[in-house]
Amino acid sequence: MTRTWNNRAWFMVFPVLALVAFNAIIPLMTVVNYSVQETFGNNLFFFEGVKWYEEVLASSRFHAALWRQFLFTGTILLIEIPLGVAIALAMPRSGPWVSVCLVLMALPLLIPWNVVGAMWNIMALPDIGLLGHTLRQLGIDYNFTRQPGDAWFTIVLMDVWHWTSLVVLLAYAGLRSIPDAYYQAARIDGASHWSVFRYIQLPKMRRVLTIAVLLRFMDSFMIYTEPFVLTGGGPGNATTFLSIDLVKAALGEFNLGIAAAMSIIYFLMTLLVCWIFYTLMMRGQDQ
Amino acid sequence: MRRLRWLVPTIYIVFLLLPIYWLVNMSFKTTNEILGGFSAWPQNFTIASYVEILTNPVWYNGYISSITYVVLNTVISVAVSLPAAYAFSRYRFLGDKHLFFWLLTNRMAPPAVFALPFYQLYSAIGLFDTPFAVALAHCLFNIPLAVWILEGFMSGVPKEIDETAYVDGYSFPHFFVRIFMPLIASGIGVTAFFCFMFSWVEMLLAKSLTAVAAKPIAAVMTRTASTSGYELGLLAAAGVLTIIPGALVIYFVRNYIAKGFALGRV
Repeated sequence: MTRTWNNRAWFMVFPVLALVAFNAIIPLMTVVNYSVQETFGNNLFFFEGVKWYEEVLASSRFHAALWRQFLFTGTILLIEIPLGVAIALAMPRSGPWVSVCLVLMALPLLIPWNVVGAMWNIMALPDIGLLGHTLRQLGIDYNFTRQPGDAWFTIVLMDVWHWTSLVVLLAYAGLRSIPDAYYQAARIDGASHWSVFRYIQLPKMRRVLTIAVLLRFMDSFMIYTEPFVLTGGGPGNATTFLSIDLVKAALGEFNLGIAAAMSIIYFLMTLLVCWIFYTLMMRGQDQ
Repeated sequence: MRRLRWLVPTIYIVFLLLPIYWLVNMSFKTTNEILGGFSAWPQNFTIASYVEILTNPVWYNGYISSITYVVLNTVISVAVSLPAAYAFSRYRFLGDKHLFFWLLTNRMAPPAVFALPFYQLYSAIGLFDTPFAVALAHCLFNIPLAVWILEGFMSGVPKEIDETAYVDGYSFPHFFVRIFMPLIASGIGVTAFFCFMFSWVEMLLAKSLTAVAAKPIAAVMTRTASTSGYELGLLAAAGVLTIIPGALVIYFVRNYIAKGFALGRV
């Protein structure tokens, strides 16, 4: 659509700008302030320059949390995106079952995040939970509060349970926008299932899949509540992701300088990735 | 192969429902029975946990404050996003692309970064521990999302409609409310649904901005779980009750939900 040049449109944007700026800029400036100052209590602050940043960037604790974060985000993207696409492809295209499927699949998305954590905690309790009990019956020595591997398995399973539906819904919306004529043409040409998928369905899903990857990347990168309730970051530090580590440093240990510097680095990283995806998406839209 | 295709979504849905079933199952058991051992369904069926929640003000006030800030946030987000989304979809103006991207970055910002400064900010302006604090704080990520979705739906409405309305002598507010908003009614519904959803499920900010009076239900849950021993039955019942509002709103938007997740631009 061609849009007309009109600077008075700023008046329409202003309420949004004011509300978001109030919530974003003031807190962000607070964090920036903390990140360059040292305090000894009593509200006395001293300018410290980039000391906290150097400390954070050099600390092995931050590196470990960052590595765990990327490992987690990578794992769930590799599972959720293909799985979501596969389920969307197998969904009925029309009929009464579509609504039933959509409503049931959207259910996990509407559950408060700490309830999701609590739910999986109950589910995974070694002796009395459904998952824990079943695995033990199968002869697997499963205990997510003691063994890091089991904790990881439970958290990844929980995230797949929680968010795969988002990918399914997006991919399904993309598939439904493909006109029937495309499939008829493919049938006349004698195209195989694979070529229909590769040359018709996948390109048509490109935009929604970009949105899916973007949302899943961002939300898993800032994950806090679910693993916190499920494992509390443990056993040891095995599931301490960036947000958990950050809250630990800020509220648990009250290391304001370190926590603030970490926040800024963390924020800049999400900003960079967000920008890359945004550019990709906008380019897709212009075509 | 073709005939077995329905198996895939069916297995997936069973997988989705298992933990929910387990939660419901737990909520009808006594805590003693839960801790006593594994059983696939309640042996001594009891609704004591639900009675406790619905009669104890600590519990049901949690629900009331959750619903209050979620509804407030939904109303604020949709109301201010409507004109902004219209501006983005119809006009070009100085800095529009940068502004849009900046809005998006706030949807992507990790709430953990903001938890502490938010606490200080809302204490300073005297809103701490009120539903308004949480409702305003959730605007941080809900307004960008609302603008994004609404802009997608509005761009689907041809511009000729606006022009015809102006030629017919409609003023802008009159046109916007009488003609334009009904045209994107489904978009507004979907947007409200998403604002409701993300405000309902977010807990980190909701918890750090409330202490006693406006505590959300999910925070009541965590605190009860840790203070009064491990009351699994109560915890499960409270969990089940938090699923219900979500399930109700999904039912109302079921036909638009897929399009909404694609931000209106499939």
